[in-house]
Amino acid sequence: MELATIEGIIRQHGAQKSGLIAMLQDIQHEYTYLPEDVLRHLSRTLNVPLSRAYSLATFYRAFSLKPKGRHPISVCLGTACHVKGAVKILEKFERELGIKTGQTTPDLNFGLEQVRCLGCCGLAPVVTVGQDLYGKVTVTKVDQIIKRYRKQETAHAKT
Amino acid sequence: MPYRVHCMVCAGTGCVSNRSLDVREALEREIRKRGLQEEIQVVTTGCNGFCAVGPLMVVQPDGIFYQQLTPKDIPYLVEEHFIKGRPAQKLMYTPPEAPSPIPRMSDIPFFKHQRLIALRNRGLIDPEKIEDYIARDGYQALVKALTRMTPEQIIEEITRSGLRGRGGAGFPTGVKWRKVREASGEPKYIICNGDEGDPGAFMDRSIFESDPHSVIEGMLIGARAIGARHGVVYIRNEYPLALERIQIAIQQAREYGLLGENILDSGLDFDISVTRGAGAFVCGEETALIASVEGRLGDPRARPPYPSEYGLWGKPTCINNVETWANVPPIIMHGADWYSQIGTERSKGTKVFSLVGKVRNTGLVEVPMGITLRELIYDIGGGIPGDKKFKAVQTGGPSGGCIPAGMMDQPIEYVAPDGKREARDYLDLPIDYESLTDVGSMMGSGGLVVMDEDTCMVDVARYFLAFTQDESCGACTPCREGTKLMLDILNRIVEGHGTMDDLRALEEIGWVVKQTSLCGLGKTAPNPVLTTIKYFRDEYVAHIEAHKCPARVCRELNTYRIDPVICVERGHGCGVCRRECPEKAIFGEKNQPHRIDPALCKKCGVCVDVCHFNAVIVE
Ligand SMILES: Cc1cc2nc3c(=O)[nH]c(=O)nc-3n(C[C@H](O)[C@H](O)[C@H](O)COP(=O)(O)O)c2cc1C
Ligand code: SF4
Ligand code: SF4
Ligand code: FES
Ligand code: FES
Repeated sequence: MELATIEGIIRQHGAQKSGLIAMLQDIQHEYTYLPEDVLRHLSRTLNVPLSRAYSLATFYRAFSLKPKGRHPISVCLGTACHVKGAVKILEKFERELGIKTGQTTPDLNFGLEQVRCLGCCGLAPVVTVGQDLYGKVTVTKVDQIIKRYRKQETAHAKT
Repeated sequence: MPYRVHCMVCAGTGCVSNRSLDVREALEREIRKRGLQEEIQVVTTGCNGFCAVGPLMVVQPDGIFYQQLTPKDIPYLVEEHFIKGRPAQKLMYTPPEAPSPIPRMSDIPFFKHQRLIALRNRGLIDPEKIEDYIARDGYQALVKALTRMTPEQIIEEITRSGLRGRGGAGFPTGVKWRKVREASGEPKYIICNGDEGDPGAFMDRSIFESDPHSVIEGMLIGARAIGARHGVVYIRNEYPLALERIQIAIQQAREYGLLGENILDSGLDFDISVTRGAGAFVCGEETALIASVEGRLGDPRARPPYPSEYGLWGKPTCINNVETWANVPPIIMHGADWYSQIGTERSKGTKVFSLVGKVRNTGLVEVPMGITLRELIYDIGGGIPGDKKFKAVQTGGPSGGCIPAGMMDQPIEYVAPDGKREARDYLDLPIDYESLTDVGSMMGSGGLVVMDEDTCMVDVARYFLAFTQDESCGACTPCREGTKLMLDILNRIVEGHGTMDDLRALEEIGWVVKQTSLCGLGKTAPNPVLTTIKYFRDEYVAHIEAHKCPARVCRELNTYRIDPVICVERGHGCGVCRRECPEKAIFGEKNQPHRIDPALCKKCGVCVDVCHFNAVIVE
């Protein structure tokens, strides 16, 4: 935990209890999850019970108590994507990555989530990887998508 | 010097994902190369609603519509259109079955039947430039409201316009504003509900992305009318681009003195903060949303008291949907009479629908209330792709219901605006809040999912129920346990283990959940199940008694085999299915017919999707 980062986030939201969700969002963004020591620090600084921070962390889907992976993959299972066979896309990702939805690969490269509608239903079925969005995804395209990020990781590891 | 031509490149989420920003770059480069930068301006806009054919670009002032552009197309396009002066036909849009491309956007059927009020600026401005909004009469309605109208008059105008909430329930906006104005307690708050939870609707995203100032202006007018000093925009977590655009817009409005203190010297003080949702559908419900803004768990509470009396921080709060707010400036600008002449007797103005599913032109369309399903699905949507039969349309998202095509020939009674009664087909049903409720569905946020013969209605019902069950906040027992029981039953039915008693149980539990749940989520969650049982009972019965899914969607009930002739003659035994089958259940060699071993097949359905030659038969 880097204290300066956390303190910065707390200050940015006015060090107020009402800003708790927003702080958690920033922390989630920074670490890809909510580390326990950070939650403890937050609860002490803001004077809120740790249980409150935990209940928020488990109620809202945006939060995770475990690391999410450097490339979070979200497969849309919104209505439009569902009727165009998105479940098969999700299953294909599960097979290729060897993990179930909601899990992260052991090397922390990929996390796999389902979301409900990314707001681009015209491109159904839709998948996002981090900030990148892929439309009209097919089972056979899944390999290519994963390959692209695997390459990035190996290139990264070399430097 | 003014530009001769404006190239409006779409930079909504959909087009950006199809690399429209690369197209813009290539365009700018080419224009400089040709020395045209003094004459041609390149503008990036928000979503045009026709993302399926993106990336797209409209060349103004002529409104020439280009689609599916790639950077490679650009030199040709610039040469033909801007140097030789003849728009590049091969980059235009040709509707299915049309003989030739249609050059102008306004002539394309998808756009031709639309009437843009909430989306009036879409594709016409750069959403990140307040100057563009102002150039199209932006903030003129605010000036009018601040200088020439009293708060009473504003409320009166909105009430007379007939504007109703676009977030789902259709509550009259003017009535809500008056309640908040008259409620005791200070300060008062206004909230823009941009949680957009319906998993197939994206109008709010599009408004934020293509015209964020229209929401800010609407909220400013609302603030004046009800006497609020602070506003909150609540925006869904999954919409990063929308978030960025509204934040930029708020910042620019502050710089222009349109937010802050003593706005336009009128004495109005008003500012807006943004709250990001954290991924919970129930937070779209107003009391849950307020709890979430206060930093608490997003649990809905019983109403009354309504937020109009006891809202954010316990103060009177006016909460409206994004589209509702975006409608406010044009109403103030052009007047209630202008607005109320559009639409039907009790539903005025326009509605933005997201037309998705099994329809040729998927996208976002804004149409007058009272348009018929036929016009929406066939004239705008271009009908059902691939010779398939239209089966039903689902409206209202997880709270809504399915309207069957089978009732097309069964006319229903329709009361015209002048009170005359006539019989109409369902497809000729003029869509408004009341007519949709009458047929057992609802308007909701405007999601419209078209279904064809390949859509299984039991699966659709199960899909929506799985959604609401998962999103139930768990606070009240009927919703938490009831939806779970119903889902268990539906899962049994789609796996072929259902009984006819299950069907009766579904109806009974559904009824109880509807009657006894605390918030709108539970009260409406059984709707998709109940309407499909009502209209598509035979499909349920087929699953239960014959263990068959007539649409061949429910995988457990299907069997898969490969047609050897098609496989060899058309596919030359390409082997794609063999490589993709996760169970290694497919055998065969190149140029030879492939075969599925039923003992190994786990019915995942992948082979059907990957075979390019439709050689895999599902029975
Ligand atoms: C479960 C549930 C989810 C809802 N989700 C939304 C939503 O995503 N967006 C929205 O504007 N209203 C939503 N509503 C309706 C709001 O509670 C509220 O009625 C609406 O924001 C009022 O604005 P309007 O009068 O402009 O429609 C939801 C209601 C329920 C019960
Ligand atoms: S994918 Fe289709 S054509 Fe190719 S081997 Fe399989 S069944 Fe035959
Ligand atoms: S349905 Fe799935 S398991 Fe069965 S043959 Fe096709 S790909 Fe293999
Ligand atoms: S349903 Fe997948 S993007 Fe809307
Ligand atoms: S994003 Fe370009 S049309 Fe929707």
